[in-house]
Amino acid sequence: MTPMTLPPFERFYEEHREEIYAFLVRRLGRDRAEDAFQETFLRALRAYPKLRHGEHLRAWAYTIASRLAIDEHRRPRADAELPELASLDGRPAFAQLEHLADELPPTERAAVVLRYGYDLDYAEIGAALGSNATAARQAASAGIRRLRRKDDQ
Amino acid sequence: MSPVSQELDRRFRDAAAREQLLDVAYDLVDTPVGALLVAATERGLCRIAYDAEPEQELERLARSFGVRVLRSAHPIDAARRQLDEYFEGTRQRFDLAVDLKLLADFNRRVLRELARVPYGEVVTYGELASRAARPRAARAVGTVMNRNPLPIVLPCHRVIGSTGKLVGYAGGLERKETLLRLEGALL
Repeated sequence: MTPMTLPPFERFYEEHREEIYAFLVRRLGRDRAEDAFQETFLRALRAYPKLRHGEHLRAWAYTIASRLAIDEHRRPRADAELPELASLDGRPAFAQLEHLADELPPTERAAVVLRYGYDLDYAEIGAALGSNATAARQAASAGIRRLRRKDDQ
Repeated sequence: MSPVSQELDRRFRDAAAREQLLDVAYDLVDTPVGALLVAATERGLCRIAYDAEPEQELERLARSFGVRVLRSAHPIDAARRQLDEYFEGTRQRFDLAVDLKLLADFNRRVLRELARVPYGEVVTYGELASRAARPRAARAVGTVMNRNPLPIVLPCHRVIGSTGKLVGYAGGLERKETLLRLEGALL
């Protein structure tokens, strides 16, 4: 089968903007989510012509958004606000995982969520985190170990 | 879950155009002959489509000009304003950059001659062929008119048959008639 061709950017944007925005609101709160939303899709736009096919676009969008959310978390925040609580009904696996991993340090949390929630491979996660596959694998297993310890308590 | 607000959506679309990240910006423009899909590259206007099926039209634009096709109002502002003025009857000439670089030389030459046909006048296919230095190519000129990527702005509605019949129009004869009536070329 030939891989799916890359759709016009308008299609990609329309298809993913709502869930990416919701993801950023959960991560950052509404105010900071707005800037991160625009930056996510501007980054996607810059990289878009280099994609070779239209597979895994959703995971790719989440990768960019996660990376931005992590960078945002590292910055001091003046106007801390509670992220919105997502509805508990019918939450997909990745959303439950996000909740489980809520108390992990940002890099470990992102590695766990992207690996086990979105099924990204370590090379993709490394790229998302601005490091590499080895560091991504280490962050994910450190996160899992931390969650197990919490579970044991 | 809160949806992306119109304001946030517009801000992104503006920023994408402002940072020159788009291969094609497009928007819909309401006119008396229906909603037109109007698209531009950074070189200029590249497509005006009647009755556009967005799905197909966007794919066609992406194949021709690049995948970064996004609806964005600002890059289309000048075209929108001039089309509004044309339909109000206050504009007789369009002053817009056009991007015809993907067309064959012959098509470009014919369309350049077409652009010189004044408001409110008509010309025959054969006459336009002569002006493009190909007097025997009336039929080929007809094909170029049929595939005109920028109807209205490049006025293929002003080209008619040698017997005075309107002959054909990619947007439908009714529209050709409406445009010629608007320009006072038909009573």
